[in-house]
Amino acid sequence: MEYETIIGLEVHAQLLTKSKMFCGCSADYASAPPNTHVCPICLGMPGVLPTINKKAIEYAVMTALALNCTIPEHTRFDRKNYPYPDLMKGYQISQYNNPLSRNGWLTIEVNGKSRRIGITRVHQEEDVAKLFHRTDPSGESYSLVDVNRSGVPLMEIVSEPDMRSPEEAREYLMKLHSILQYLGVCTGNMEEGSFRCDANVSIRPAGSTEFMPKVEVKNMNSFKAVYRALAYEVERQRKVAEEGGKLVQETRGWVEEKGATVSQRSKEYAHDYRYFPEPDLPPLELSRKFVDEIRSRLPELPDARRDRFISQYSLSRYDANLLTVSRAMADYFETCLKPLPQGAEAEKRAKTVANWLLGEFSRLLNATNIEIKDAKITPQHLVEMLELIDNGTLSTTMAKTVFEEMFRGGKSASQVVKEKGLAQISTANELESVLGQVIAANSQAVADFKQGKEQALKFLVGQVMKATRGQANPQMVNELLRRRLAHSQ
Amino acid sequence: MKLDREEVKHIALLARLGLTEADVEKFREQLSNILENFEILKQVDTSGVPPTSHPVALRNVLRDDEVRPSFSPKEILANAPREEDGCFRVRAVLE
Repeated sequence: MEYETIIGLEVHAQLLTKSKMFCGCSADYASAPPNTHVCPICLGMPGVLPTINKKAIEYAVMTALALNCTIPEHTRFDRKNYPYPDLMKGYQISQYNNPLSRNGWLTIEVNGKSRRIGITRVHQEEDVAKLFHRTDPSGESYSLVDVNRSGVPLMEIVSEPDMRSPEEAREYLMKLHSILQYLGVCTGNMEEGSFRCDANVSIRPAGSTEFMPKVEVKNMNSFKAVYRALAYEVERQRKVAEEGGKLVQETRGWVEEKGATVSQRSKEYAHDYRYFPEPDLPPLELSRKFVDEIRSRLPELPDARRDRFISQYSLSRYDANLLTVSRAMADYFETCLKPLPQGAEAEKRAKTVANWLLGEFSRLLNATNIEIKDAKITPQHLVEMLELIDNGTLSTTMAKTVFEEMFRGGKSASQVVKEKGLAQISTANELESVLGQVIAANSQAVADFKQGKEQALKFLVGQVMKATRGQANPQMVNELLRRRLAHSQ
Repeated sequence: MKLDREEVKHIALLARLGLTEADVEKFREQLSNILENFEILKQVDTSGVPPTSHPVALRNVLRDDEVRPSFSPKEILANAPREEDGCFRVRAVLE
């Protein structure tokens, strides 16, 4: 039987505020010793009064607007009650009935087709403490609690069950990630947990509108893991259904080493969160003036920037997409094009810069696991190198070596050329003796060329390039060879 | 509205309270009483009244995003039943 896949994603993104959601403790917990960013509010001590961080609300509203959501005038916080040691208060301050926004969407592209994925809601809550599980020498297991992360502003973004394949889910996640980075509201680091994703997955017979039990998949710590976990889970459900088994509603964790999702049985009992309005936090009225002011500060977002790149620089949709996924890459690209050469040169330069950034630059960033903001090679370095190619000092092959050297050492192109003695041999005199040797050693090719075989000339140019270890200017070699061979006729 | 014993046990579990069988009966009566009083309150016609979640008409109490000093780990852990490596030590919890 044909089955249809139904996926909805729930993303939790930590907001890049300086302080926590409801108190003045630092939200930068990554390298802090345990329990050093904690106060009685974080601990939920009796009598404390939490206060809402204005910046966090601005960031969440900004995100909601970027995701085309409706922002109601009234919003409030609620208590979500559940007993777990990562919650010091015994409840999490979250939003239930009156979230900060609803009904948005974002656009994804899969196989050249655009699709809108609905966003159910974006709401604001607080992160929970970190637990470490240990076993003591007697074999008794226990947990350690570090409260630093508790209270860090956390934004929850819930999608509609609109995705029909793991590919679409991955695209949605990458687009959402990209938008949050453009807005500058979240670091987006999945491994460190500042951007986390859970998925609801189910299947149903194609064309049917019935609902089959959905499975919640957790513990996916990278885009790749999300894709693999969903692909695995869809396949698992298909098999169970085809073998006449019964699918059950459950939570399953992705186990990277096994490449499989595993049932988390302890969570099977239904949650009873007993939400009620948070008495410590008066409701919020989001005035239209406040919302419009935030709207006016929205930066150009990935889709708009991609479209502008296509029209302004005549880039292909493919290149423009890749360049605008990360704001840092798009900024780097545009810095390289300032000032933009005039007329037809502009298009050519844009394409050349795009090729270098999507080719060598991306390759080296990936290989060294360096982020663009930390890259030693600056846009000015790249532009200077392109000028050295244009004026014939460097061949494209040599430029790759220079580029890598600049990437690793942060030196300018001319410095690298000087230090490595890489300048292209562009004077005829320097080439004459090499040409003589190549002609003498390849009499067959010379004869072929004289009989009109153009291919033979290419071969001879290649031999000269080889003999000069790529330092000759191929165009000049080509001309000199033609002249020489014509003379000797 | 009368609560049954199972409901009382469920509430006790959510509140992490250990109740004896006698407690269950005692709280079943007390909690049922409270609920019955709410049944009486529910007779008031509130159709034109917006729900009140907060007794004081405060709105938009916000603070600027500024870091203030936290407490020392010593103070934070002062009430910890057990501590280890600067953390609260609690009974095992496994996902």
